Parts: sequence; C-alpha cells; structure tokens
Amino acid sequence: MKPIIAVENIASSLVTTLWTPIFFAIFIAIVTYALWPRNKAAFDEAASMPLREE
Amino acid sequence: MSASSTKSMTIGESGLSLTFAVTAFLCVFAAAKALDTAFAFHASLAAAASAASVFFILNRYFERGELPPQEINGRPNYNLGPIKFSSFMAMFWGIAGFAVGLIIASQLAWPALNFDLPWTSFGRLRPLHTSAVIFAFGGNVLLATSFYVVQRTSRVRLAGDLAPWFVVVGYNFFILIAGTGYLLGVTEGKEYAEPEWYSDLWLTIVWVVYLLVFLTTVIKRKEPHIFVANWFYLAFIVTIAVLHLGNNPALPVSFFGSKSYVAWGGVQDAMFQWWYGHNAVGFFLTAGFLAIMYYFIPKRAERPIYSYRLSIIHFWALIFLYIWAGPHHLHYTALPDWTQTLGMTFSIMLWMPSWGGMINGLMTLSGAWDKLRTDPVLRMLVVSVAFYGMSTFEGPMMSIKVVNSLSHYTDWTIGHVHSGALGWVGFVSFGALYCLVPWIWNRKGLYSLKLVNWHFWTATLGIVLYISAMWVSGILQGLMWRSYTALGFLEYSFIETVEAMHPFYIIRAAGGALFLIGSLIMAYNLWMTVRVGEEEVQSPVALQPAE
Repeated sequence: MKPIIAVENIASSLVTTLWTPIFFAIFIAIVTYALWPRNKAAFDEAASMPLREE
Repeated sequence: MSASSTKSMTIGESGLSLTFAVTAFLCVFAAAKALDTAFAFHASLAAAASAASVFFILNRYFERGELPPQEINGRPNYNLGPIKFSSFMAMFWGIAGFAVGLIIASQLAWPALNFDLPWTSFGRLRPLHTSAVIFAFGGNVLLATSFYVVQRTSRVRLAGDLAPWFVVVGYNFFILIAGTGYLLGVTEGKEYAEPEWYSDLWLTIVWVVYLLVFLTTVIKRKEPHIFVANWFYLAFIVTIAVLHLGNNPALPVSFFGSKSYVAWGGVQDAMFQWWYGHNAVGFFLTAGFLAIMYYFIPKRAERPIYSYRLSIIHFWALIFLYIWAGPHHLHYTALPDWTQTLGMTFSIMLWMPSWGGMINGLMTLSGAWDKLRTDPVLRMLVVSVAFYGMSTFEGPMMSIKVVNSLSHYTDWTIGHVHSGALGWVGFVSFGALYCLVPWIWNRKGLYSLKLVNWHFWTATLGIVLYISAMWVSGILQGLMWRSYTALGFLEYSFIETVEAMHPFYIIRAAGGALFLIGSLIMAYNLWMTVRVGEEEVQSPVALQPAE
C-alpha cells in the first residue's frame, strides 16, 4: 500500500534522521537557560507574579 | 441617529453582522435542501443563531456609547463579560454532563433504563457524556480561566471587542450542535472526535479566533515576562488546533447531508485517531488545567510558585514527550510493533514531567499547609494535584505492554480515566470556579464555605467509590478473560464476566450520584454568591494615580 503522505527531499530526510539530536539539543538549551544562575532572580520574581496584581 | 453621529460601527461590528446575515440566508437554503432531518435541524438552528447574532450585534451597537476604554484611572479595564458567560455555561454543562454520566452508568447496571429508544441508547448517550464533561464543562472552564489569567498576568484588557464574545458563544454553539447530533445519531464514530464535518468546520473558525484573541492579548501585554500559566494555555490552544485539523479531514457525502467519511482508513486512521486522542488528554486535560494550577494555587495559598525553573523544564519536557504517547492505545493491534513500543517508552518517560508539575503544585503550599484545614477551596485544588500525580503514575504503568494485556478493554481503563477526570480535572476546575466567581462578580467571598466543605467530601467519597469499583471490576474482568481450563479452553463465557461486574457497576453509579450531588451543592453556592453575596468595596487605590 502506498503511503498517503510521502515527502521526499534532501532536507526532509536530513531532518527525519537528525530529529532526535536536534530536539535533544533544543531541550538541553532550555534546561541550561532554566538553570542558568544569572536567571534565578528573574525567575524568582516571576514565581510571585499572581501575587503582585492590582 | 443624531446622538450617535460621533460613533461609527467598528469593522468587527459591520463585518460580523453582514457575515451572519449572509450565513442566516445560506443556512435557510441548506435547511430547505437538506437530505436528512438532523442536517435540516442543525441548519435551522444555525440560521436562527445567525439571525439572533445579527440582532444582538446591532442592538449592542445602538445601545452602547463609545467602546469601553483600555484603562480606567491608569489601571487596566478588564473585560469580564465573556468570562462570566463561560463560567455560567461551565456549571450548566458540568451538571448536564455528570447527570448523563449517571444515567449511562445506571444503564450498565440496569439495561432496561435505555427505554428501548434510539435517542437514549448507551451508544448515543456515551459520547454525549464524554463531550459534555470534557469539551463543554472543561472547555468552558478553560475559556473562562484563560481569558481571566491572560488579562491579569499581562495587565491589559482582553484583545478585541466582539471577538471574545464570538469565541465563548461560538464555542457553546458548537457544543449544542455536536451534542444534539449525537442524540440524533449523527457521528463520525471517532472517539472524542465524534462531531460531523460541519461542526468541525465551525469549531475551526472559533478556535482560530480564540488563538488570535489570546495571542494578541499576550503580545500587547504591559508585563515584560510571559507568566508560565500563559505558556500552558498557549500550548493547549495551539496543539488542540493542530490535533483537530490532523484528525478530522473528512469528505462529506453531500453538501446538504450530515454524513462524511474520514480521509484515510485502516491502521493509519487508528494511529491518527489515538495520536489525537492521547494528545487531547495531554494538551486539553493536562496542559490547560496545569495553567489553572499555576495561577489559582499560588493565588489562593498566597504563596509564590515553589520552583519557577521546574515549571519551565517540565513544561518543555511535556511538550516534547506527549506527542509520541498515542500508540499505547493500540497495543497488540495491527499497528507496527516498533510503534507500540515507541508509544510505551514515551508514556513511561512522561511520568517525570507529570510529577514535576505535581511536585511544583504541592510544594507551592510550603509555609501555607495550615490553610488546608481552614480553606476547603484550597483543599480541593491541592487534592486535585494529588489525583493528577496518582493518575499520571497509573497511566505510564498501564501503557507497559504486559500490564496493558491485562488492563486493556476492561473497566480498569474507565477507572483510570475517571481518577484523572473527576479527581484532577474536576476538582481543579471546581477550585478555580470557587475562586473565580467571587472575583468576577465582585463579591467579598463565597456564599458559604461550609457548603464547599460538603461538596468536597461528597465528591471525594464519590470518586473513591467510583475508582475502587472500577479497579476491582477491571482486574476481575481481565483475569476472567484470560483464564483457561486444564484442557486449554476459556474458563468463562463472556456473559459470565458481565454478570460478575454487576455489583461494581452499582457501586460505580452510586459514586457518580455522589459526584453529581456535590456539583449541585456547588451550583447552589455559586448562584447564592452572585445573588446575595456581599459586594466587595472598591479599594480606594483605584481612584489614585497608579504607583
């Protein structure tokens, strides 16, 4: 049976091969951003955003 | 007209009233050409609703002065009308959905209760129940809270004038069309995606406007940081749009009939269906309600979020993992084996980000645990997070193939779903509504905290009866199906397994009845809060220039 959706070009085959490392790298970047010591103050302030309304 | 010479119609008012006028005409035409009675009924409903919309838009225009200002005395002039509407509809659909649930639970215990009528048969009432509680009750809670939270945490008035009304009224009209369709036998037959092609098209329009209203409000925010709850709401809105479009491509048999056929068949359809189905759990029932958790628990406990860093990490972990979990609904089917294993693996990994959310929600109470004794609303919110933790542990466990070979197709699944739906989604929604109603109707507090306490205990007892009955019934059923005699024959006939489940079906119905009674107590309490609740005295800060 022929697949209903078939996209075949160099870019798509590269992405389908590399999506695991790509997504993994993006995720590591996010974790680094979240844990970066210099961001702590801003995050602590954001944590109490609902409390300083009005 | 001389009085209104300075005001003119907005593009939205003129455009929308014109569009609805044309739609009303087209729907009358479609009703006349209809091939089946359900389609004629729905086209007539749409014609009436379109005509009513034209009337309301024009009437609103002639009644109004200038458009409401963005700010009053330097403070954002929050738009509360659509939020009030959604909160009311949430309570209405909640009671309706729980009641239909009780009816079908009773039908399973006493089949004579289907009255031998097509409209009240289990097959038609079951999607009515699931859609009413998930999409109608849950959906309205999400609409109401998202419109509230995005305004408060962005410190701006909701974007658009008619657009928010279009979203809340349009969404409820979708529910009406879908729900009456089920009763009339109109269905695509895809679980949780039953609405037929024309309801799907209408929902697409409503949802795109919802996304635009939400996104535009975030873009024009006065607060530099986008609060984490808004990330969760945005993930919910965007992903539901993708899921809806992905799972619903269908070819109508005729322009004027309700029947359509999905674009793809067989195992592809099954895979798409459960990619949709499980991500509806992940992004409708999880991401959306986690957004509620991240705003309402800190607010009610008057404590900051335990770890904002954890909220970022578990948000992105959820986004990256959930999308792959769907195949665990199709273990031991025609789906390729590697796909099943992939789904199982990602489901197990999901345990971590889920518990990240649970830990963050529970630990937000650090330093405020004593409030659980005195504040039943906070208790409801916290117990909901505990149920979230419990069902997100149970889920990954059930996705393991060997466990699934026992649990699949049994009542265990039903028990699992309801510990999540009643315990997590239900309780977090109740807690949010108990907070929201006094805020938006400008009341000092709820009419009665004692009644909240009654609601809490009635509903909790109901959930415990429900899920424990389904665990016993499900495991019993699974074990009976797989037991063989010494000669290699099946030990039990199917009807013997049905007979064995009967007492648990009665207990389950009793649990559902308690849950329904709890929601009636809640509706009375909220009604009285709005009717006779003491009005909050406007703080004088409003009259002073902003600091």
